[in-house]
Amino acid sequence: MSEPHIPLREGSTAGGVPASTVGQTDDMGRNRFGWDRLALSRRVTALPRPAKWALIGLFVVLLYLLPLLEIPILSTPDTDFGAVLFTVASYVLVALGLNVVLGYAGLLDLGYVGFYAVGAYTVAVLGSLQAQLSWWLLIPLAVVITTISGILLGAPTLRVRGDYLAIVTLGFGEIIRLTALNTEWLGAAKGITGVPRPPSVELFELPHLQWEGATAVIDLDDKTKFLVFGVADQAPYYWLALTVIFIVLGADRMLRLSRVGRAWEATREDEDAAELMGVPTFKFKLLAFACGAFIGGLSGALFASRQGFINPESFQLLLSILFVAAVVVGGAGNRWGVIMGAIVVAYLPERFRGFEEWRLLVFGMALLILANFRPQGLIPPRRTRRAQAVDEQLDALEEGTDRV
Amino acid sequence: MSEIPVAGQPATGEGAALLSVDDVSIQFGGLKALDHVSFDVREGEILGLIGPNGAGKTTCFNVMTGVYQPTSGEVRFAGSPLGRRKRFAITRLGIARTFQNIRLFGNMTALENVLVGADAHHRTNVIDALFRSPRHRREEREGEETAREVMKFLGLERRADELARNLSYGEQRRLEIARAMATKPRLLCLDEPAAGFNPAEKAQLMDLIRRIRDRGLTVLLIEHDMSLVMGVSDRVAVLEFGRKIAEGVPAQIRNDPAVIAAYLGTEVDDLDDEEANL
Repeated sequence: MSEPHIPLREGSTAGGVPASTVGQTDDMGRNRFGWDRLALSRRVTALPRPAKWALIGLFVVLLYLLPLLEIPILSTPDTDFGAVLFTVASYVLVALGLNVVLGYAGLLDLGYVGFYAVGAYTVAVLGSLQAQLSWWLLIPLAVVITTISGILLGAPTLRVRGDYLAIVTLGFGEIIRLTALNTEWLGAAKGITGVPRPPSVELFELPHLQWEGATAVIDLDDKTKFLVFGVADQAPYYWLALTVIFIVLGADRMLRLSRVGRAWEATREDEDAAELMGVPTFKFKLLAFACGAFIGGLSGALFASRQGFINPESFQLLLSILFVAAVVVGGAGNRWGVIMGAIVVAYLPERFRGFEEWRLLVFGMALLILANFRPQGLIPPRRTRRAQAVDEQLDALEEGTDRV
Repeated sequence: MSEIPVAGQPATGEGAALLSVDDVSIQFGGLKALDHVSFDVREGEILGLIGPNGAGKTTCFNVMTGVYQPTSGEVRFAGSPLGRRKRFAITRLGIARTFQNIRLFGNMTALENVLVGADAHHRTNVIDALFRSPRHRREEREGEETAREVMKFLGLERRADELARNLSYGEQRRLEIARAMATKPRLLCLDEPAAGFNPAEKAQLMDLIRRIRDRGLTVLLIEHDMSLVMGVSDRVAVLEFGRKIAEGVPAQIRNDPAVIAAYLGTEVDDLDDEEANL
C-alpha cells in the first residue's frame, strides 16, 4: 500500500456522531433522515403469517391463470399469448440457472446456450431421431446428460479465470451448435422433427376471458383443455414450465442458504482468500457449473418438447448473449432480479413486435441506459441495496456535519 | 489437550514443535526469497517473525499455508510434512491465517464471513442442503454457535449482520482474525495485524493476541512494529534477505549484533520512532 491507511476510530464516525445511530431504523423502516425505500417490502414482511401466505398464494394463482385472463395491456396482439408466456417462462428458467453460475459463483459463462442445446438435442435425438423413448424418461435423461456435459466442460476450463473462462465457454456454445450442424446422426442442418410432447391427460376444460374495453366476459368458444399438450394451445406448456420454475426456485433458496451458497459467494468475492479459509473452490465452481447446466438442460428439454422441431438455428450465439443480458439486467445474484431481467428480455420484444426491425436497437439503448443509471441491475441483491442505503446514510451524516 | 499452557503462564519455549520450517528455500527466477530457513513454532507459544521489508516474512507465511511450494526443504505440521497438500486441506489440518492487506468477503455479512471459516470442517453437500438433512441442520447450528462465540470473543457480536465492507478498519482487521479462528486452527498466523493502528489500538491488539494464546492457540506473528513484537512474543525469529539471522527470546534479540546491524545499526527500541517518521 503506497498511502498510509487512516484507521477510523471505533465507536465513532467521522462526524463524531455515535456509530450506533447509523443503520438504526424504527418499525416503519424509516430512520431519522426520513429514508423510506424498503417500506413496501417491509410492510409485506410485517404482515401476519396467514395473510402473507394468502397474498403469495393469490399471486401464484394469478400467474397460473395468466393465459386464460388475456388481460389486454399484457397480452401480445401479434403472437399467441400462451406461446409468449412459455417463451418467457423458459427464459426465466435459463436465467435462474445462469444466475447460479454468474450471480452466485461469479463465473462468466458466455456459452450457456450450449447446455440449453444439449438438453433440447437429447430429447429430440433419443425421442425421435435415433430412438423413441418415453417423455418421462427423456427429461431426466436430458438433465443428466447436460449435467455431465457441464462437468466435462468445467473440469478443464474452471482452472482458468475471468476473461479466459468467458472465451472458453463462448467456444463451447459454438462447438455444440456446429457439431449438431455437421453431424448427420444429430440431424445436421435440417434438424429433427417429431420431438415427443409431454403426455396429455384430458381432465376438464377451462374457458378464457374476452375483454370489451374494461369489462370481461367468459368466452365459451375459446377453451383450454386441461391438460392437453397440443400444437395450437400453448397454455399447458406454460403451466408445466411455471411449475418447474417454482421447484427450481425452492431448490435455489435451499442451496443459497447453506454451506454451498456461502462457498459460492466466498469464491466470487475472493477466490484465494476462500481457498485459504478451507473452501475447496475448484469443487464448488464445478458444482455451480453442474447446477447451472442442470437447469439450462431442463429448460432446453422443455423447449424441444414444446417446439416439436429443433435445428441448429435455434441455438445461436445471440441467445447466450441474451441469457447473460437477462441476468445482468435483472441484477446478478438476486433470484427475483434475474426473473425480472428474463421477463424484460423475453417479453418486451414480443409485446412490441410491431417495432420488430428496431428491436435490437431499442434493446441496445435500454442496456446502455441501464448500465449508466442502474449498473447493479433492476433488482440488485439485497446486500447491495442495503449497502447502498448505508452509504447514503453516511453521506447524509457527512453533509449534515459539513453544514455545522 | 494437556500441553496447552495455563492462562497467564506464557510458554517459554519448552513445548513440542507444532510447526517446523526445515531448511526451506524458495526461488523466484533469480531471486532467492527464502534461503535455507529453519525454525520451529512450539505448541502454545507466540512466535514473532520480524525482518526489514522484503526479508521474506510473507513468503514464509505463503509456504506454510500452501500458497507456494518450497524449492527445497519442507514444512512439517504436527509431525507430518505438508507436502503438496492443497491450500484448503492445510487449513483443515489446523493452520489459519489473516492477510497483510485485508481480504474479507466484502459483500457478505460479518457473520457469513465467519461462517465460511466455520464451514472449513463441514461436509454438507448439495443433497444435504436441498433436503435439509440432519447433517445440514447440525452443521448450520454448530457453525453459527462457533461463529457467534468467536465474534463475541473479538467484540464483533453487534456487527454480525453488517456487510463486511461497511465495518470500520479496526473491525475489519478483527473480523479477519475471527474468520481465521472459526476454522478451529491449532496455529494462527497473523500477517501484520497492527498495520495502520494507533498506539491505543496496538495495546488492545497485544492484549487480544495474548487472550488468543490463552484459548490454547499457538500464534505466529509477522509484524513491523517492534514494541508490539517484543512486548507480546515469547520468542522472536529474525529474517533478513531471505535468511534467518537470529532466533531467541526478545531480550536476546534486542541485543543481537546481527539484528541491530540489519536494522541499519539502530537500537531496536528506537525503531518505532523511525517508522513513525516514514
